[in-house]
Formats: sequence, C-alpha cells, structure tokens
Amino acid sequence: MSTGVLFDAPGPATIARHRIYTIVSLVAVVAAIAFVVWKLYDAGQFEYDKWEPFFTPRYIEAILVDGLLITLQMAFVAIIGAVVFGLVFGIGKLSDHAVVRWPCWLVVEFFRAVPVILLIIFCFYAVFAGMEPLSRRTYWAVVMALTLYNGAVLAEVFRAGINAVPKGQSEAAYAIGMRKTQVMTLVLLPQAVKIMIPAIISQMVVALKDTALGYVVAGLGLTRVAKSIYPQFQNHVPTIIVIGAMYVVVNLLLTWLAMWVQRKFVGEKKVLEVGAVGEGTGGAPTAP
Amino acid sequence: MNVVLDNFDLVAKAFGYTIALFLVSAVLSLVLGTILVAFRVGPISVLSKAAAVYVTVVRNTPLVIIFLFFQLGAGKVFDALRFSWVDIHIGQFDFTSFFTAGVVSLTLYTSCFVCEALRSGVNAVPLGQAEAARAIGLPFAGVMRQVVLPQAVRASVPPLASTFIALLKNTSVAGVFGVIEAAAQMKSFTNDYASERWGIFLAFAIGYIILVEIVSLVATVLERRWRIA
Repeated sequence: MSTGVLFDAPGPATIARHRIYTIVSLVAVVAAIAFVVWKLYDAGQFEYDKWEPFFTPRYIEAILVDGLLITLQMAFVAIIGAVVFGLVFGIGKLSDHAVVRWPCWLVVEFFRAVPVILLIIFCFYAVFAGMEPLSRRTYWAVVMALTLYNGAVLAEVFRAGINAVPKGQSEAAYAIGMRKTQVMTLVLLPQAVKIMIPAIISQMVVALKDTALGYVVAGLGLTRVAKSIYPQFQNHVPTIIVIGAMYVVVNLLLTWLAMWVQRKFVGEKKVLEVGAVGEGTGGAPTAP
Repeated sequence: MNVVLDNFDLVAKAFGYTIALFLVSAVLSLVLGTILVAFRVGPISVLSKAAAVYVTVVRNTPLVIIFLFFQLGAGKVFDALRFSWVDIHIGQFDFTSFFTAGVVSLTLYTSCFVCEALRSGVNAVPLGQAEAARAIGLPFAGVMRQVVLPQAVRASVPPLASTFIALLKNTSVAGVFGVIEAAAQMKSFTNDYASERWGIFLAFAIGYIILVEIVSLVATVLERRWRIA
C-alpha cells in the first residue's frame, strides 16, 4: 500500500502522521458502526421475536427451498439460455455476410440497452400472458428476460473471446484447407471457450442479482419468501438483512469460483473486457 | 403505439422522472464514488479496508434489496430515513419521499461501481510515470495534478460510461417502488391496453435506447477530446 503509483515510500514523519490518521479513522469507523448497531438495538430490531423465523426449521426450509433454490435455479436456467443465445448472436455478429451480421448486431444492441424490468413486464404480460399458475408464469417471465439480456451481453463476450484467439490460428487453419465452419468449431471456439468461462461465471452474478427484479411482477425466490415473512412478524429489517446476506454470500462464492477458474485455466491473462452498449470498441468491463 | 401517442404527455413526464433520477443519482454517486476511491487507494489501511468491505457488500447485493431496505426497513430505525421531510415541487414534477429513497438507493449502489471504475483508471497509469515525475522533483500535489490524475481520469472514462449506462437502466427499479417513471408507466399501460402490448413495449424500449445512446455519445466525445495523440 505504501509504494505504488500514487505514493512514494513514506518517511518517518509521514509514518507518524499516518499513524494518527489511522487512529482517528479507526475511531470514526467504530463509532459509526456502534451508532448504527445502537440505533438498531434502540428500535428493538435485535429482539428474539423478530429473528425467530430464521431459527425455526420450518422457515429455514422455506427460505432455502422456496427461496434460495428457486433463485439459483432461475439464474442457472437463464445463464444456460443466455449461453445459447450468446453463441448464436455472437458468432452471427462475426459473420462475413452483412445480411446475417446486421440483424444480429441490432438484436444484441437492443437487448443490452433495454432495462431488464421492461423485459420482465413485457414477458409477464404479453409473452406468457395465459400461463397458470402465477408462480410458473413469473418464473418463465424472469428467466426469459434474463436470458435475453444476459445473452446479449454474452454475445459480446463471445465475440471478444473469439477475436482474442491469435490471428495465426485461423490463418493456419484456412491454409490447411479447412472451411469456415470447421475453422470456427475446430480451432477458434475450443480456444475461445477457455478464456470465456470466467466471464460467463461473472455474468451469473449479474443474473443472480437480477432475479430479484421479479419483484416487479409477482416476485419469486428469495424476494418472494421475504415478502411472505415480514407481514407476519413485522421484522422488515432482520428479513432484509438475512435475505441480502444470502445474495451476497452466493455472489461472493461465484466470484471466487470465477477467479479460481481464471487462475487455473486461463493463467495470468486479464478477464475479457467488453465495450459499453452503443459504443463501437473500447475496454470497459462488463456493466453491473 | 396509439396509446403511447395519445398519452404522450404522460410518457414524456415518465421519462422526465427517469432522467431526473438518473441525473441526480449520477452526480451524487460520482461524489460518493470519488470519496470511496480516495479511501480505497489512500495510504490509511483502515479506511482502505472499510471502503473495500462497503464496495464488496453493496455491489453483491441486488438493487431491489437496497430499495426494499429504504422502503420498509430504514425508516423504522432512523426517522430521518423516511424522507418525509423531502417535499419539492418543480413545475409538474413532484420530488417526494419515494423519489428521494430512489435516489439514495441508486446512489449507494452506483457509487460502488464508480469507485471500481475510477480505481481501474488509477491502476492503468504505469508506475514509471509517477516515478519519473518524482525523479524530476515534482511535489506530491504536482505528481497528482499534472501526471497521475489526468491519465487516470482519461483511462476511467469507458468504465464510467458503462457504469452510468447501467445506472440509467437501473432507474427503472424505482418504478417498482413508487416513482412513476418510464418502467412504471409502461407497466400501467401494459395493464390497461391489452391489445397494444407489443407497441407499448417497443415505444418505451426505444425511449430507453435513445437515452442510452445519448450517454454513450457523451462518453465517446469526452474520450475523443481527452485522448492524447
């Protein structure tokens, strides 16, 4: 921390000054946390009544099965769909034929620019309008919306991944007489997939967070469970803390998995970077 | 499409709220993000760790949960966080507690991504630049102002653009929590006019796409203007 692009190695006077700053900021941080905790205590948020559902087996089961499992399932199905969608349109965007390239470009840019909530509302009311029961309708509306959005983002990831394979590879493949399809399936894709896997896992974090947007229609998974717990116990703050913490833990596990895969299979290379929507090229990381 | 054209004033007002949410949250999250990144890359390790924890926790939390917290939870603990003290009316726009809760949630969420974008900009400056600046005798302020920060700001424009585009799209979450912005308006149209759902969706989608294109155009212009050589 002491050396780097911003600061020179500190001398004795600076170290002494930093020590004072450290103490002052430590006191400030601890005071802020203590104030929040005291306020929570003062408002009675730590009473056992309010935390009871999270120690009751029946509720824990509901949170894990109707909540976490459904949420994970939605994110997983959406990512599978998104990978297929992304493969089709990502490769389509690389096509030599403008007739294929332009529609693919249009579809990808469209779904990257439209908010997921709009897609969910549309899928819920227009695409799956007649579906029964309500929970299945919500499920598929959220899954389809997330598939379209994440698929469009992954299409860009796939395109970047295929472009990241050294040019000599495809040139060599063409030189030994392979056809375009063969070059793509036998040479480019197998090498690109390796670079893309961490990006796909990171996208799963985005998909998982976005499953919470199902709240706009009927809600499903963890948010739905939260909605049924707090009217009963009047424990909004504990419920939100617990449900939020579950998302954070799962996302951290996924991030850790992505980093592990990155180290194990890709090596020191940087994570694939994709430009912002509406921008030709550029090195922006995938949008949150 | 007819519904949208007939009720164009409602649609325009809804997108007005979207733009207002975006602009206010963008400015505030830029401020908070800058403070966070100063803590994050600064020499005081306590602040650096505190900022890192904040960023990690908040950016792994779904935005809906943060909105829920300010809608249902925060007001029960801190009275001021009910935001009932906010009551501003400008023209036909009302900025009340729902709007404020939306701005606060969006700001807290987006500032994490702003912090990370700025940090990636700082990390993009080669170490040799700062070393050379120190070697010719520039003081700390000079190193920062004339060598490191100009390059860091330039490098963070593309990730910041992505962040703000995401913020623009995230304003739609406020529609679920009481602000009648574009997504909420679209939902009520979709509910009321069943036969025109496709047209309504397309119209609102195009509205968002235009806004996203404007943000990305501004980013491209800035990037081009600040590019060296």
